[in-house]
Amino acid sequence: MSEEKIIKEKDPWFSPRNFKLLKNPLNLENPVTVQVLGICSALAVTVQMKPAIVMALSVTVVTAFSNLIIALIRDTIPSRIRIIVQLVVVAALVIIVDQLLKAYVYDVSKKLSVFVGLIITNCILMGRLEAFAMANKPWPSFIDGIGNGLGYGAILVIIAFFRELLGSGKIYGFDVIPKAFYEAGYVNNGLMILPPMALMTIGVIIWIQRSKNPVLQEDN
Amino acid sequence: MEHSNKYIFIYSVVMVVVIAISLTIVAVQLKPAQEDNIRIEKMQNILSSVNVTTKGIPKMQVMEMYKKYVIRAFAVNNKGEVVESNTDKVFPIEMAAELKKPAEQQLLPVFVAVLDNKDTAFIVPLRGKGLWGPVWGYLSLKTDYNTIVGCMYDHKGETPGLGAEINTEIFQKPFFGKKIFDDQKNLTSINIIKGGAKPDDIHGVDAISGGTITSKGVERMLRDNLTGYEAYFKKQIK
Repeated sequence: MSEEKIIKEKDPWFSPRNFKLLKNPLNLENPVTVQVLGICSALAVTVQMKPAIVMALSVTVVTAFSNLIIALIRDTIPSRIRIIVQLVVVAALVIIVDQLLKAYVYDVSKKLSVFVGLIITNCILMGRLEAFAMANKPWPSFIDGIGNGLGYGAILVIIAFFRELLGSGKIYGFDVIPKAFYEAGYVNNGLMILPPMALMTIGVIIWIQRSKNPVLQEDN
Repeated sequence: MEHSNKYIFIYSVVMVVVIAISLTIVAVQLKPAQEDNIRIEKMQNILSSVNVTTKGIPKMQVMEMYKKYVIRAFAVNNKGEVVESNTDKVFPIEMAAELKKPAEQQLLPVFVAVLDNKDTAFIVPLRGKGLWGPVWGYLSLKTDYNTIVGCMYDHKGETPGLGAEINTEIFQKPFFGKKIFDDQKNLTSINIIKGGAKPDDIHGVDAISGGTITSKGVERMLRDNLTGYEAYFKKQIK
């Protein structure tokens, strides 16, 4: 992967290269649909839009700041315990995010329940720390973290949009399907609320994405 | 780059200490806000059991509403004696902890609310088991300690669309007006009937299709919790 080349020379803050770090994870290097990481929480927290958005922001904050912190101290980390150091940094950030959610958005934090804590085990985080932050300067690492968090979050929000719309007839908690539809016999699809349909939705997203981007198709 | 063992040890110790200190500071700073949230949620649940909706109302106003409606609280034991009459001490009682104690040591809270129509209602907390985890709720009774004014149920992680429906109006509405004692003053509690309750059944409501175990869990929760209050209620009815 091109982005893993060590960036050596001095770049302006929003150079094209840095911008690419932000943009690539949204499509061609998307952590969920291309690298198939972080699927577990993508299934669990996408029944409604609001928890999905909060989860997306939480993951973005954690990836961005863990990347930043690890990149800042990357030269001091003894290589033999580097995974432990990464884990401790991630765990500390996740606990802080979890505490903040409990204090300021209590109802959402109840819905996210264990999945905030499980951000620690989200493969995207460790993947970015090992592959990028250990070898790059703080600023590109920070952007890379934001990019990957948003890439993950974008998929989460798309899935949540369809699951909430088809499963509960709502978008972000507001009713959008007119009453007349229900009177005419329309029924919310209860299957959309269950986790398997999140997997199906991811499948459809991957299908659409691959058919639009021939680069992603493997040759048989 | 290879580091000496000494460097690795010192590095780990410093890292752990720095992180421990920062986490402690965060936890201590946020504790009051978190505890407020838990208290306010309890107030919202109690108010919702007497059909006062607090949806979309800011935190501080929920506290004022609670003070307006719930005038006092006391706790009874399973022999029907009032053992704690200090409202402030009754509020923090957690049923999850009380139910683990032997029956005779349990403190069973009763909240007294005055509704908009000047009726008094007695609210009792409930706690039980659903299919996947705990279910809980509040049940409010008229001054005859028999007729249900309202109720609220909630759950930790029942199946969405099935057992999870216990926190919806569709499941809770049919409880209103039902009775927990029969004519001979025996506790019948409320039966949650699979396949639907008969329209004239004053002790029964419909179960949730596909949510049988959760429905049974709510039924058992009602019976178990109300049994503790039975002695006190009977004393009052006389």
